Amino acid sequence: MTLLRLFIDSLVGSVRKLGAVTLFLFEILRRCPPVLARPKLITQQVYSSGLLSLVIIMTSGFFVGMVIGLQGYDSLSRLRQEDILGAGVALTLLKELGPAGTALASEIGLMGATEQLSAMEVMAVDPVQRIVVPRFLGGAISVPLLTTIFNAIGILGAWFIGVNVMGVDNGAFWSQMQEYVDPEDIWEGVWKSVAFGIAASLIAVYEGYNAPPTAEGVGMATTRTVVTTSIVVLILDYLITAFLL
Amino acid sequence: MIAGNQADKQAEKQPENLIEIRGLTFKRGSRFIFDDLDLNIARGRITAIMGPSGTGKTTLLRMITGQLKPEAGSVKVAGENIPTLDRQHLYAMRRRMGMLFQNGALLTDLNVFENVAFPLRENADLPDTLIHHVVLTKLHAVGLRGAANLMPSELSGGMGRRVALARAMVMDPELLLYDEPFSGLDPISRGVVLRLIRMTNDLLGLTSIVVSHDVHEVGQIADEVHVLSSGKVTASGPPSVLKESNSELVRQFMTGGADGPVPFHFPARDYREDLFGEAP
Repeated sequence: MTLLRLFIDSLVGSVRKLGAVTLFLFEILRRCPPVLARPKLITQQVYSSGLLSLVIIMTSGFFVGMVIGLQGYDSLSRLRQEDILGAGVALTLLKELGPAGTALASEIGLMGATEQLSAMEVMAVDPVQRIVVPRFLGGAISVPLLTTIFNAIGILGAWFIGVNVMGVDNGAFWSQMQEYVDPEDIWEGVWKSVAFGIAASLIAVYEGYNAPPTAEGVGMATTRTVVTTSIVVLILDYLITAFLL
Repeated sequence: MIAGNQADKQAEKQPENLIEIRGLTFKRGSRFIFDDLDLNIARGRITAIMGPSGTGKTTLLRMITGQLKPEAGSVKVAGENIPTLDRQHLYAMRRRMGMLFQNGALLTDLNVFENVAFPLRENADLPDTLIHHVVLTKLHAVGLRGAANLMPSELSGGMGRRVALARAMVMDPELLLYDEPFSGLDPISRGVVLRLIRMTNDLLGLTSIVVSHDVHEVGQIADEVHVLSSGKVTASGPPSVLKESNSELVRQFMTGGADGPVPFHFPARDYREDLFGEAP
């Protein structure tokens, strides 16, 4: 009985939160026009959430590419199909993988804990408009850009392992990729990364903005952001794949 | 802002109190923070709000800035009832106020100059040269013109508080609110902040509200002190009068007594019963 009760409670909690996040999204969208009139606010965020995480994204992209290259080679060589490694790797990366950043939650949460958001309110500045909206837009723009770079570097990683280490033919690697990868495959990945970017940024700014203004509150908000983003991205991934296939 | 003649007329009409609070009631959970509280803040003076921790001093400031809404009662600032204002009017009202937060609350991603310029850039469409002049003037007034290019993380506690004060007065407000301006500062910084509060109030003709429990500092600058306890104002008057007060609570507070009307012990069961009786 208590288990059922717990289950119902958490279900009601999730639905309630979904409602709150949706309302928060409307709040953000309503305040987008004045922020779009000040593009510098957004470019600053693209710079700090995008450019500054570029090295991490490129490094992890290269290693993920190498892992997929290695695994792909192992599977394909058993079927004597190692020539299509390039195509396999490109399809996996472009269609499926995409990183998401969550540093936004702790940044906004900390601004709350140190009364910076409160100070803005008293200075007659709307913190949602000045802090939340630019970060949301910056994140939503950065994620697709970063994903594209991640994919390109990943393909290079797989090429490095497949061609230079495992001895797959260089020409076959690229020509098979050209043969099997259609523009729609690339678009599928782009649409997904746009959706992930919006979802991940929304979750991060929501959790950060609503974090209790204490050190513990900020920590909890960051953890919740990571957990919720992972689940939501997986659900979105499934929905978009099912819709596009 | 208003032409001379009109300003004179307005000054004649201005009531003595800038803030009038009536019947203020506010609860957190089932605990009353304010219970039918009445309070006046006189125009042009430094008024201190004192009282033991948890008596709602900071909450009172948040009621005045409209960040919290009371359950009942009115908070009138310059004749406008803050809790009933719509967003646009509330923001217009806030542009007439400045607030110094307990830890400065400087924006960590902006340097000192940009922190002070922030309200101007967000609220007024001014040319850069004018912003430059105004910001440097305010920084000079708090003695930190030379620190304009430092980041908030490079400032000491006292310097951070002074930058926050420059930011609070950059829009030339009528009302300045100070939330625990002396807490965590060394004696020299306390002296500096103390002098700045007095100077700012007198030179700019402001009304200042200082929330604090530093009896010594408040005694030096406040024109009027209100002591809050149990959701009400228990004593009011100039600091010298309060020190001689007959009220045990006020005396305990002003002298820092460990026990008295504010008890040392949190309410508990009988001690003997707790030790030797049945476990609860």
